[in-house]
Amino acid sequence: MTAEAGRSVRITASLLAGFLALASPVATTGQGVSLGGFAQSHVAERTSRADCPSGTACDYPAAELRGQIKAEGGNVSGEAALLARLDLLRDTAVDDTRLVARELFGDLTSEKASARLGRQVITWGVGDLLFINDTFPKDWIAFFTGQPMQYLKLGSDALKLNAFPGPANLELVIAGFRPDTTPTSRRFIVADPLPAGLPRRTREHGNDSGDVEISGRVSAYLASWELAGYVSRTHYRSPAWSMTGGEMVGTYPRLNTIGASLTGPIGKGVVSLEAGYYDSRKDRDGREPSIENSQFRGLVGYSRQLWQDATLGGQFYGEWMRDYAAYRETLPAGLPLKDRLRKVATVRFTQFFAHQTVTFNLFAFLGLSEKDRYMIPSLRYAFSDNLWAEIGANLFGGKRNGMFGSMQDNSNVYLTVRYAF
Amino acid sequence: MKPFRDITLLLLAALAMVSASTRAADPSAEEIVKRSLDAFYYAGHDMRVKVRMKLINPQGNVRERELTMLRINLGKAGEQRYYIYFHGPADVKGTSFMVWKYPDKESDRWIYIPALKLVKRIAADDKRSSFVGSDFTYEDVSGRNVEDETHSFLRKQDLGGRPTYVVESRPKTVIDYSRRLSWIDSERWLPLKEEYFDARNEPLRTFTAYKVELTGTQWTVVARGMKNLQSGHRTEVVYQEVGYDVGLKPDIFTERYLRDAPRQWVR
Repeated sequence: MTAEAGRSVRITASLLAGFLALASPVATTGQGVSLGGFAQSHVAERTSRADCPSGTACDYPAAELRGQIKAEGGNVSGEAALLARLDLLRDTAVDDTRLVARELFGDLTSEKASARLGRQVITWGVGDLLFINDTFPKDWIAFFTGQPMQYLKLGSDALKLNAFPGPANLELVIAGFRPDTTPTSRRFIVADPLPAGLPRRTREHGNDSGDVEISGRVSAYLASWELAGYVSRTHYRSPAWSMTGGEMVGTYPRLNTIGASLTGPIGKGVVSLEAGYYDSRKDRDGREPSIENSQFRGLVGYSRQLWQDATLGGQFYGEWMRDYAAYRETLPAGLPLKDRLRKVATVRFTQFFAHQTVTFNLFAFLGLSEKDRYMIPSLRYAFSDNLWAEIGANLFGGKRNGMFGSMQDNSNVYLTVRYAF
Repeated sequence: MKPFRDITLLLLAALAMVSASTRAADPSAEEIVKRSLDAFYYAGHDMRVKVRMKLINPQGNVRERELTMLRINLGKAGEQRYYIYFHGPADVKGTSFMVWKYPDKESDRWIYIPALKLVKRIAADDKRSSFVGSDFTYEDVSGRNVEDETHSFLRKQDLGGRPTYVVESRPKTVIDYSRRLSWIDSERWLPLKEEYFDARNEPLRTFTAYKVELTGTQWTVVARGMKNLQSGHRTEVVYQEVGYDVGLKPDIFTERYLRDAPRQWVR
């Protein structure tokens, strides 16, 4: 068992123990516990004829059977509630069986405030698959292998406090650090800029006060418009590598973000605006090449119905590097030079057929600066209220220096079948 | 004598109005439709109802939707808010919708997708789209404006033992139907039947009120159906636990409760 797996087992076990301790009083005074869940099979097959390094799940980067149990309950007055969502999966792609606590939390609610403690998924911002002020952990492996969209978001182990003074909604999240799940050579063919042959390890944060993450959000309606402001004291969730004592050590550098979003109706559609500033605390002057430079990020999106049951949406997104001269001067030889302004456009088209039992969806990322692309077509059919199947693809292309282009040996087609109960 | 002439004119005008209103015992088509919309979509100050929906395809396969609908009227101008929470089926459980409806502009609509913990605003132009795959449109759920159509009175008719006014309505802008016939109960003001026709004047959809009950002081259509005559697909809806003036507050109709259902009302 790896250290990471051991840690997640410990967290799961302690969450479960806390949950059960909280559950018994609620269960005895409550309306009973409702149970649900699903059984799911998911397979992704690599489409390119790539030579994989040994140890990489080459033909099938994802192949798993998964069972989910969801239990929720609350007391009659609605002041206390609990939810557990546990996944047990047999992952044949990497020959692993594991129990995952997707969500495991307790709620206390009053008229003007609420608190949620435990593992929970938090989604902020108004972007469609583009995240600026949502700095919460994500699972990019699940996303790139076509898992159902809910698996893009990882839960945070957090205390979330909400207050509702008048028309505003204040949210404060105090969370332990959790890294993103990023593509590794276990399932993906990834370009590796690090020197080969050196031992590597990542150093995660403990729960010392200096590592705790604090995020705040305030939102309010302004007539038909929703306005929100965000701050986060967080960390980058993918590792920055540096050589320490003969080994490569990956750390998660400190990051502060601040931003705002606005969404509302214009014409026959919905417009979304979001912006944020990423303050890279460990690289204030931009001269540390292993750590991300500070950035401004922004997006503008618009979506509207084209005809009955069909929606089209588009977004423009940009990342503007603050200390570009310092970045250029310190960029190690051999690494591709990024533009100062990285631009990405996205398109989403969704059409329902046959009383919404058939859903066609196409999402495309178009790298305007990096000349690459990532297309995700999918077709889902609901056989009944309980059973659906989806086929789809993750198609990467374009220049290999780009974020999406670098993934092009990992293009895949996938099939998901889910029976929900 | 000018003052005398003015008073005479005033009296004559008043007399004309009185005689007009006694002669025309039947209200105008606009008035019938307005009263029908009021009775069907605005009854009470607020409303809570548990809804069971069956979506039945031509082969007889049934899909079910179970939801709680909350509604509140704001002011007298016709502004309303709706909150809809899905209890089932399993895969959509926890999904909720919110609508802020205005008399003079497009509604604001939001959906909460629990799998992603995501609140998403829905484009406003979808009011003629199907509501969750059923034969009802969003507009059938939250109502239309009387000014959206031109109305003409056709006749009085008995329908299943109830006196009705039959009104023909034509949309002012081009939409999926060209003409609608409504049979509106002339005492309770609820629509008992509606027939929609397409641009070629072929029958398109039929609405039927199967069962009308008195809840407190409000008459309510507690069982209804909508059938698509061209596809053969139909939707049957039953209202349970209907309550009016239950004491909903406007703050239920906000993002907070879209994300976390108000357990007091959504059970």
